[in-house]
Amino acid sequence: MVEITIRKRPREDAVVTQRKFFKKTARGKVIKVLRERYLRDDVNCGIQRCSLCSLDVEPTLPPLGTQEHQALSFGHYVIPDTNVFLAQMDLIESPLFKTPIVLLQTVMEEVRHRSLPLFNRLKMLMRTDEKTVWVFYNEYRSETAVIREEGETPNDRNDRGIRKATAWYNSHISLARPPIRNQPKPVLTTAVLLTDDVANRQKAEAEGLKAISVRRYVEGLKDANQLLDLLSVKGEEIEPTRAAAPRQALYPEYLPTATVLAGIKAGQLHQGHFNANQYNYLEGSVNVPAFTKPILLVGRETMNRAIDGDIVAVEVFPESEWKAPGDEVVDQESTLKNDDAEDSDDEEGEDDVEAAVELRIVQKEGTKRPAAEKQPTGRIVGMVKRNWRSYVCHIDRTSLQSSNPGSLSQQTVFATPVSRLLPRIRLRTRQAPSLVGQKILVTIDRWDSSSRYPEGHFVRALGQVESKEAEQESLLLEFDVPYRPFGKAILDCLPKEGDAWVVPPKNADDPEWKGRDDLRDLLICSIDPPGCQDIDDALHARPLPNGNIEAGVHIADVSRFVLPDTPMDNEAAARGTTVYLVDKRIDMLPELLGTNLCSLRPHVERLAFSVIWELSPEAEIVNVRFTKSVIASKEAFTYEAAQLRKDDPNMHDDLTKSIRLLNDLAIKLKAGRMAAGALNLASPEVKIHLDSAESSDPVDVEQKQLLETNSLVEEFMLLANISVARKIQETFPQTAVLRRHMPPPPTNFEKLKDVLLKRTGRSLDVSSSGALAASLDQCIDPNEPAFNTLVRIMATRCMLSAEYFCSGSVGRDTFGHYGLASPIYTHFTSPIRRYADVLAHRQLSAAISYSPLHPSLHSKPYVERVLDVVNRRHRMAQMASRASVEFYVGLALKARGISGTVTEDAFVIRTFRNGINVFVSALGIEGLVMFKREIQFDAENYTVSVPSPNDGAPTTISVFDKVRVKIDVEKDPNTQRGKVKMTLVSPVNSASL
Amino acid sequence: MSSRVEILNDGGYRSDGRRQYELRDISIDLSPRGTADGSALITHGLTEVMVDVFGPKEAKSRGQSVHDRATVSVEVGIMPFSTGERRKRNRGDKRVLELAASIRQTFEPIIQTSLYPRSEISIFVHILQQDGGLLPASINATTLALLTAGIPLTDYVTAMTCGVHSTTSLLDLTILEENDLPHLTVASLPRTGKVTLVTMETRLHAERVTECLKIAGEAGKILHKEMKKAVEARTQKLAQAMEMAPKVAVVGGGSGGVGDVEMEDEMDT
Ligand SMILES: [Zn+2]
Repeated sequence: MVEITIRKRPREDAVVTQRKFFKKTARGKVIKVLRERYLRDDVNCGIQRCSLCSLDVEPTLPPLGTQEHQALSFGHYVIPDTNVFLAQMDLIESPLFKTPIVLLQTVMEEVRHRSLPLFNRLKMLMRTDEKTVWVFYNEYRSETAVIREEGETPNDRNDRGIRKATAWYNSHISLARPPIRNQPKPVLTTAVLLTDDVANRQKAEAEGLKAISVRRYVEGLKDANQLLDLLSVKGEEIEPTRAAAPRQALYPEYLPTATVLAGIKAGQLHQGHFNANQYNYLEGSVNVPAFTKPILLVGRETMNRAIDGDIVAVEVFPESEWKAPGDEVVDQESTLKNDDAEDSDDEEGEDDVEAAVELRIVQKEGTKRPAAEKQPTGRIVGMVKRNWRSYVCHIDRTSLQSSNPGSLSQQTVFATPVSRLLPRIRLRTRQAPSLVGQKILVTIDRWDSSSRYPEGHFVRALGQVESKEAEQESLLLEFDVPYRPFGKAILDCLPKEGDAWVVPPKNADDPEWKGRDDLRDLLICSIDPPGCQDIDDALHARPLPNGNIEAGVHIADVSRFVLPDTPMDNEAAARGTTVYLVDKRIDMLPELLGTNLCSLRPHVERLAFSVIWELSPEAEIVNVRFTKSVIASKEAFTYEAAQLRKDDPNMHDDLTKSIRLLNDLAIKLKAGRMAAGALNLASPEVKIHLDSAESSDPVDVEQKQLLETNSLVEEFMLLANISVARKIQETFPQTAVLRRHMPPPPTNFEKLKDVLLKRTGRSLDVSSSGALAASLDQCIDPNEPAFNTLVRIMATRCMLSAEYFCSGSVGRDTFGHYGLASPIYTHFTSPIRRYADVLAHRQLSAAISYSPLHPSLHSKPYVERVLDVVNRRHRMAQMASRASVEFYVGLALKARGISGTVTEDAFVIRTFRNGINVFVSALGIEGLVMFKREIQFDAENYTVSVPSPNDGAPTTISVFDKVRVKIDVEKDPNTQRGKVKMTLVSPVNSASL
Repeated sequence: MSSRVEILNDGGYRSDGRRQYELRDISIDLSPRGTADGSALITHGLTEVMVDVFGPKEAKSRGQSVHDRATVSVEVGIMPFSTGERRKRNRGDKRVLELAASIRQTFEPIIQTSLYPRSEISIFVHILQQDGGLLPASINATTLALLTAGIPLTDYVTAMTCGVHSTTSLLDLTILEENDLPHLTVASLPRTGKVTLVTMETRLHAERVTECLKIAGEAGKILHKEMKKAVEARTQKLAQAMEMAPKVAVVGGGSGGVGDVEMEDEMDT
């Protein structure tokens, strides 16, 4: 039995143990809140073999600390203050920083309140096997608890608490090792306070504590040179040595937070995410609820130091000053190539070339343009929340002062982010010459109003540009994909039998069999792409005596292995999804589950979660039931093999018949969906051929082909997802995990409608998904089969993306899935690789009373929180896969380019004042064709007129025109970044233009 | 979004420094008050409840009396400042009525009402300060007030809250925890372990309920010890007072009650 005790709280300690504060409620009332705190003497110090602390937890701090420091001759731990974690997380995270850390509860709480992302990194750090971080709950230990004194700021109180804990550690250590008579006094391990706050350091020293600044500490470490680069410039502000010379402000100062919040509340300011424009670095936009069109920001000053993803506060100009978005491609690198990293602070007046170019662009932003194209225009006046992270960059070679490879002098250089949405970052490094030609990770630290560019620091090198490892890792970092190997705690959650785990022999009493249907005799098979290792779905169908058909979808029973609130579950929730790159898969779940125990391999018994329908011959649902089951798949087909088997007139076995049965039903299901108004959308999909498994050298690119059997599987998965969605929504109306696709606002289609009408005379009806589907079907050019796909791709881009949501959090009328034209939908069929499916499995399992529902899945806030993460991960995963395909397409082009020039057919999808945007369907890529010479641009009719090279009549090129382009991959000489360059071959050769 | 306070941190500490099964500090004051026949003031953590018991006495009106037993009435008053929120709860307030009903239902079968036909026992519960565990504190204080009033009970009634955070059960929730966790209040008879009342405001799975019942029952036994100690201390004090000044009458109906309790307690050991 558990031990239950009463914690006695000494009355006389009420001052320390009670906390009174006032809180404002949501309705604006002020209430008094009284909380108590129980102080204890059993909070563990975490030092191994400590003679004073109890053994109920396993301590991790080595008794002697670390001795690897030049200035500190004694063994020590460091106790960093809050700012060290807020400002220097990259340093602390570095594998080269090995000192054992005591993390105080006070510090941890403060980090949590100041920055959730940093707090999450901190938590990750604590889990890392290579790091020693001990959390000391100082606020609960009687000797170290502090209470805010009269007139003391919360900051001062925390600092005092941190010093008190440091002092406690040192006295605790000496008490644990009292001097023995007749023996020399032992040299004691010391707890050293790590802080960049000078005042705090002075106070600590006055109290007899060892305290040191981060820089001083790092300088004494073995790998000081590398570690010093990781120091954020942010942290150094506190050092008083740096004389603050007044600099001229280049950007307006932000309004104070209170003013910003009040302005937003009053409707005078608008809050939203800042979106940079990938074609024009001098333009950005912010979507806000108050306007249907995004607010346009033109020029650096109005964008006021915002970086893509930041949440900003915008002031909108009067309507007379509204502008239309630019129609020119403006490239940062070519415009600003002469900027000097070292002294760009001291702008040499506004007359330098770049400023002039910028000014011209900003001013040209036509006031002459038709009123319909104008958008609300404004400027950023406040920052609500920065969403900075680490960015993958290249060092700009031209910004180096000294390229002597041996030079270790510190210099300021430009780092150009891989993403076109970001400005260049200035950073100081001692390793500049060796970093040229590498991909590096850079964190932005600050962007002052007096600095033209943001300032950052170097985090680490990822490897040579174009080496696959560097490209792969940079991609994962760029899209924030967690890719560390699974840790021990997670792997410990796997069945201890490992890959020897099998379904036990059938026995009604065996817990594994309890409540499961034995479906091992059914003719179940799986159909997947070739080489698929994580088979999470399988199907069967058979005629019933009453003329109806039984069809079943069997999904790997992942929730049997991934139990709620275990380290494995938490990791899967944090990863959200498996990420597929061309040459690598980053699993959501450990491989043993994904490709083995939960993979519905043929001829092996596997646990499954089955959805079984009785369908009429017309594919109407007569009945549906859900059950946990044991299955044994009879065959793992590829789409192609299944198709061949189905079409082979000589095959008459039951398995073949069941595929045919499934196929017939799928055709009817699809017809039913299409009749209900489902959209047949298109996205450019290409397949990358890797030469061989080992070299993973490309390579060739081919457009994906879709077979009938693709559609077969798809229809049944849709049906299963819809059936499960209904069931869990019915059972758990407040917290069911569902997926929806909101209908796009009609304004999203305005441009596409206009182009279609003006260029091809076709109209697009976007009043409903059904109407849109019908008018997309009409968009056929008999001479150009690819035209329809192109329009579908463009229409898809006008739509919103589908998202997971918690059923209790939104109105019932917004559940619908626009693209699928289904009133309700969820994801159930891929629990190996999508976390939302794992949750749906748990809810379905509870809905059929197979297992209790974990309490977290009864909690709306919990479900919302998890789905927020999953939605974000999902988006990032898609972008990462796309970027990976692009990288390989680039390599393939390069390979093809060696043996001759690459020319392809392409369609014009957008026209600019100085170029055109084309889509190459054979490669699934988009590219820009830029014209150096002046061209005629007719924005109204989406047309450019290009003078012919031999001064003949100009050629007009419009959106939807088919052109031929020559595709090269060039290396940017400054950054070594590979770039796809396209030039027109026909109707005119643009090489000289 | 939920509060930014962690209910249970990685170190196994709750937001007030307690561990999973640690109860908050309890102090019991059984000194007589005013004209009440029995009184008890319980301070459990920051929750403070005072109960006055009047009776058994003749029923005020015929209509309310029952010929073969005593009737039990419960009234609950919540001090306007008890939550920090300045909000007056009337006696007619739904939550107040529920609280009163739960207390009455708990004690009706425990009080040996058949000993006092046609009479009335009135219980007044005053909530002075609340920080979670309102009903349990009220029940525990009522048990003590009834005992000090000398009203015979078949057993002590002890009550405790138990909540579930993820898969971990927590005993004796503060208001912060109650707002965040599914939880239940369990009243039980420590001698037999019989559960007399379970209330639940949120859904909780059957398996968790079983676990909660068990743990809350165990916690009830700990509470019982604490309550018994307080009653014994009071008895001793009264006895001393009587020895020193045997001619001074004891205020209220306390003395008779003590005998009852002592008998009960002897059987308990
Ligand atoms: Zn210790």
